[in-house]
Amino acid sequence: MRLIPTDEQKDLAAAVRAFVAETSPLSRVREVAESGEPYDRRVWARMSGELGLPGLVIPEEHGGAGAGRGELGAVLEELGAALTPSPLLGAVFAADLLLACGDAGAAKDLLPGIAAGTTIATAFWANPDDPAIEVRSGELHGVAPRVLNGADADLVLVAAGDGLYAVESGFTATPLTTLDLTRPQARLEFAGTPARRAGTADVARALDLASVALAAEQLGGLRRCLDVIVEYAKLRVQFGRYVGSFQGVKHKLADMHCVLEQAESIVRYACWAADEDPSELPVAAALAQSYLGRAYFRVAKDHLLLHGGIGFTWEHDAHLYYKRAKTDELLLGAPRHHRTRLAGHLGLL
Amino acid sequence: MPDLDEYARRARAWLETATAALPPDPGLAAARAFMADLHDAGYSGITWPAEYGGQGLSAAEERVFQQAARDLVLPVGVFGIGLGMCGPTLLSIGTEEQKRRYIRPLLRGEEIWCQMFSEPGAGSDVASLQTRAVLDGDAWLVNGQKVWTSVAKQADFGLLIARTNPDVPKHQGITMFVVDMHDPGVTVRPLRDMTGESHFNEVYFDDVRIAADQVVGEVDGGWSAAVTTLLHERVSIGMGAARTERPASFEALSGAARERGLLANPLVRDRLVDLYLQERAFDLLSARMSQEVKAGIQPGARGSVVKLLLAELTLDSADAASEILGPGTVAHDDDGKIARALAWGPGMALGGGTNEIMRNIIGDRVLGLPREPQVDRTVPFRDLKVGTQAKEASK
Repeated sequence: MRLIPTDEQKDLAAAVRAFVAETSPLSRVREVAESGEPYDRRVWARMSGELGLPGLVIPEEHGGAGAGRGELGAVLEELGAALTPSPLLGAVFAADLLLACGDAGAAKDLLPGIAAGTTIATAFWANPDDPAIEVRSGELHGVAPRVLNGADADLVLVAAGDGLYAVESGFTATPLTTLDLTRPQARLEFAGTPARRAGTADVARALDLASVALAAEQLGGLRRCLDVIVEYAKLRVQFGRYVGSFQGVKHKLADMHCVLEQAESIVRYACWAADEDPSELPVAAALAQSYLGRAYFRVAKDHLLLHGGIGFTWEHDAHLYYKRAKTDELLLGAPRHHRTRLAGHLGLL
Repeated sequence: MPDLDEYARRARAWLETATAALPPDPGLAAARAFMADLHDAGYSGITWPAEYGGQGLSAAEERVFQQAARDLVLPVGVFGIGLGMCGPTLLSIGTEEQKRRYIRPLLRGEEIWCQMFSEPGAGSDVASLQTRAVLDGDAWLVNGQKVWTSVAKQADFGLLIARTNPDVPKHQGITMFVVDMHDPGVTVRPLRDMTGESHFNEVYFDDVRIAADQVVGEVDGGWSAAVTTLLHERVSIGMGAARTERPASFEALSGAARERGLLANPLVRDRLVDLYLQERAFDLLSARMSQEVKAGIQPGARGSVVKLLLAELTLDSADAASEILGPGTVAHDDDGKIARALAWGPGMALGGGTNEIMRNIIGDRVLGLPREPQVDRTVPFRDLKVGTQAKEASK
């Protein structure tokens, strides 16, 4: 079990950090979020072309880099810290479904476009609170209530029954008003939508890998929230003292740091399990979402509150993290969903 | 590294033979004999200088040895304070004579050491200690009381910090001494703690004379030495955690809950999931820190994170066990295992620095937050309020 990043992973993280600092500072994130555009297409073109991010974990035979989850985690941590709007997460979910579908033809046809970033891909599988999508005569019927980048995707991978279906058109996409403006979602309605059957949908594995990927993004956001509020506590003065010198503040920040240390350990473990030990992945993935979802939201909440009144303003960035943290916590299902999965894997059910 | 592999093989072989030869419940004599054998075999004081009785090897050999000994129970507990705290302190600031006199017998288990810092009036704020040492001719005359002293009963020597100058601010008037625990003026009394047992002692000093050459470091310069000693303590308490027994672990509790048919209750399952998350998060952090240490990243003040989280886990898991298993846990079910865990729990959160002190350290030294204003940094000790004050009469 390896819990510390490799030099290659550190280098990759540094490259992505420098890239987003240059191309997507928070001022730019706000512009994109308020523009109605789902993401900055020029930044996405460079993320795909120069950095090869959408193809990072896609095998080389399909046009990707064949890297591991540790590398993907390093990238997502940086994007999560910077709140960079991009369709990357949906693309990773889609690629993971295709890689596990057992349909070599579909993988060969669809993965190179995803890897190149020229096909904007996303994915939908119903979690226990959602209605199922039905397949009749090879056509899809039903509603996917929330799909990442659903209104701007070229390709949607839909799990229905035990099958995986690739959909490119013939459905209605309604953009949703989301709490987190940096991450658009849409409601997709399928009413006799033509779909290409692409083997079977291994939703359990897709959810495990998505849980690990999302946890890395959450870790990045959590760390940034703590960094930001610690810096502010060193600058802000009230009652003639830096607020960080008050134990009421200091002890809360210390507890947040403890959460960060544990969150990082769990994410490293989950990435390692995803790369190296399939038998540990289900527990590690459920652990990662059960812990990180709560952890990021609590730290984001306290980071906002410790800013005082300014944290409640639109112009301050604190609410962007608070909203991302809450959205991430629910993105793959409610926390009880992950905890229930964990309980099952631990033999408690 | 073939040399290290060979070192590891030899260490393991030696350890297996030596531990197999131990009596089932080794007493003090067997523990001393084991230490002497350990030293003869070259595994006591692996990184300590050879001129004083150590082996003069690197941290790499030390790590390899620790790894080789990981799953074995060595009867070295009574020597832990000496090996982990007193020895390193003497090596770093002791005089040449002190190192030559004390280090080798310490490494061979011939002399046992204890550490005497805390006082009834100086717990979290050790620097407010009131034990006095007054220069009387060519020796120091010591009077006062220490508390929470481990192995004081068995100890031959102890490191003591005492007030040598009350006219300067509290941190500047403290001196560290080597005390002969067999001096007639030293009285050791076992302290019965909340478990009903005695794991610590009170030590009383009544006109104890300490020769001037037993000062460790500078006169009035004992505080910085004490800080270094305490940092060793914090790291060692947290990092050795994986080896301690956990009566209220997730594994033990979920097994017990299953046997008693309690898993049908969703509230029990939910509580167990919480415990699993807390325990696993801690274990993975411990494992990550160990890997960092192996990779040459020193934990420094982050040891306080591990210590704080372990304290919380220890208390919370005993609490969870009683919640899940019910009233029998406080009425001697399972031979009182959970009741004992409940009684032990607060010890981890108080010993080696309270949770509040850990949070101060994390805030100040890990996060670099501004310190609290400290009036006691500039006021002469004799003008300072210390300890527990009498309630002021209302006017």
